[in-house]
Amino acid sequence: MKKRQMFLRMITASLMRRRSRMLVALLSIAIGATILSGLVTIYYDVPRQMGAQFRSYGANMIFVPADTAFTEQDVRQGAAVIQAADLVGIAPYRYENVRINGIPVVAAGTDMQGAQAASPYWHVDGAWPAKDGELMVGAKVAESFRLKVGGEIELSYTPETRTQEELKTVQDQTCTYQITGILDTGGSEEEYVYMSLPDLAKLTVDDGKVDVAELSVSGGAEQLEKYIEQINAAVPAVTARTVKRVTASETTVLTKLQALVLLVTIVVLALTMICVATTMTAVVAERRREIGLRKAIGASDKSIVGEFLGENLLLGLLGGIIGSLLGFIFAQQVSIHVFSSSISFRLWIVPVTILVSIAVTGLASLLPIRSATEVDPALVLKGE
Amino acid sequence: MSLLELKNVYKIYGELHALDNVNFTVEKGEWVSIMGPSGSGKSTMMNIIGCMDKPSKGEVLLDGVDIAKESAKNLTAIRRDKIGLIFQQFHLVNYLTAVENVMLAQYYHSMPDEKEALEALERVGLAGRAKHLPSQLSGGEQQRVCVARALINTPEIILADEPTGNLDEKNEEIVVDLFHKLHDEGTTLIVVTHDPEVAEVAQRRIVLRDGKITKSVVNENFTGKIRFS
Ligand SMILES: Nc1ncnc2c1ncn2[C@@H]1O[C@H](COP(=O)(O)OP(=O)(O)OP(=O)(O)O)[C@@H](O)[C@H]1O
Ligand SMILES: [Mg+2]
Repeated sequence: MKKRQMFLRMITASLMRRRSRMLVALLSIAIGATILSGLVTIYYDVPRQMGAQFRSYGANMIFVPADTAFTEQDVRQGAAVIQAADLVGIAPYRYENVRINGIPVVAAGTDMQGAQAASPYWHVDGAWPAKDGELMVGAKVAESFRLKVGGEIELSYTPETRTQEELKTVQDQTCTYQITGILDTGGSEEEYVYMSLPDLAKLTVDDGKVDVAELSVSGGAEQLEKYIEQINAAVPAVTARTVKRVTASETTVLTKLQALVLLVTIVVLALTMICVATTMTAVVAERRREIGLRKAIGASDKSIVGEFLGENLLLGLLGGIIGSLLGFIFAQQVSIHVFSSSISFRLWIVPVTILVSIAVTGLASLLPIRSATEVDPALVLKGE
Repeated sequence: MSLLELKNVYKIYGELHALDNVNFTVEKGEWVSIMGPSGSGKSTMMNIIGCMDKPSKGEVLLDGVDIAKESAKNLTAIRRDKIGLIFQQFHLVNYLTAVENVMLAQYYHSMPDEKEALEALERVGLAGRAKHLPSQLSGGEQQRVCVARALINTPEIILADEPTGNLDEKNEEIVVDLFHKLHDEGTTLIVVTHDPEVAEVAQRRIVLRDGKITKSVVNENFTGKIRFS
């Protein structure tokens, strides 16, 4: 039999046959490793999760006309530069002054599906307009005019180009709409009425220009800048810009959150280390007689260190394996409860967790093991 | 040259002279018993001979080397290569089986060899108990495992501190019988005992009192066999 075989036989026997003792140490390592791998998984998944969260707070890119106005076609052309997978939603907007009972309000024409995708946080009482002749009104507008979902509303439009003479004689263009929903955003959107672009075109009797387009694009800040460059180069009618406020705060919040996760990880590792060191000190104290015996029958300090370190590294390995599995489950639970989405499994976290838990266990047991070498072999002859 | 020679050895703890000017020689292949009341310094002397402790003063020559002057590391090596130890408490590693406990001594000495370890267990009559843990063995059986472990590396000298102190008559006889066989093979034996019957089977017995050797008796009709009255 090789020496190495005997070594392995001894340390596995020590772990297997002294199970109850070793379970305490194993438990603390496994818990540490669980939190480590869980938090690291979250750390790397947070940008993805947070990105999705922030994007649900609205657009992060905006198109404005390079000149005075552009068409919906220009907008679509600009959006075509962005890869379909990265384009969460695009909402072109056209704003016109219209009147309800002679009082001016702003009507916004948009693509309802696009608006819903680009502004998922918009809260609509009732339903989004789905067909011609339907619109939704902002909460403030609904309040001023006492409008209800399911009610009807007449809008009138006066073209800006009319002369004073014409204003007196020619009738305003009017249309009647069905109210399907009341929009609640907490922002200026509540002061508008929303209808489809074709409906607004019909009211204003023209083919319509677009004033602005809001886009929600996934991918980091760098990717966003790259798209903007490409769009500005490819579509001269469109000037693309990031919506600064949201992307900037997204990045700062991310950095802070990741720093927090990192800090917690370090604290947990330190606690694990203290826990392992304490357990190992107790284990060494408990095994003084055995250590003395080993020395009495000829074990050098080096082999005592080797055996204890071997046992502890094996514990670290086991704890790391258990921890990396439990850690993924832990991260998954956190993700489901906090971000309501599942997490992506990163294979590289498994070996890293195992290596770190081996290293932490090894490091934590250095001092206790050193004290093991100080046991006096004469101790065992004294008998107790 | 004698195998072991203690010259003017003292072991002093504060005021207490645990060993007080001990002069003692053991020849190669000799079987010596040490007797004496509790606290007379028997274990202290065994610890010094067994390279686990150093004298306060004096020389301890083992194979001509003064172990009083060796480093702790060298003492470990000497203990490993030349000495087999048997204790009153049957010190075994409690999570290793009988055969693994024997192999442990081989492991530290040179190479573990399961076959050889099993043969050693057979010699002490425990072939059938090789896979048992110490907790599954009787006291006598545990002590026999300790004997197997002490002899596995064929040491020059076996030191036994009250090896039969916790054994019944039958197991005492088995252990003494094993000593006899070891003696026949040329192993040097130093056995501390309170039991006059065990002491008397040796070739020579010395008596310690207050750290001094007060008596040394040679056994004229040495047979190496225990005689129960
Ligand atoms: N480390 C120590 N520190 C102080 N005194 C010690 C130490 N070790 C032993 N002694 C003392 O030395 C004396 C001899 O002890 P020793 O253990 O050699 O006795 P012993 O003859 O083996 O006794 P027993 O038959 O009870 O085993 C005792 O008085 C003991 O109290
Ligand atoms: Mg004693």
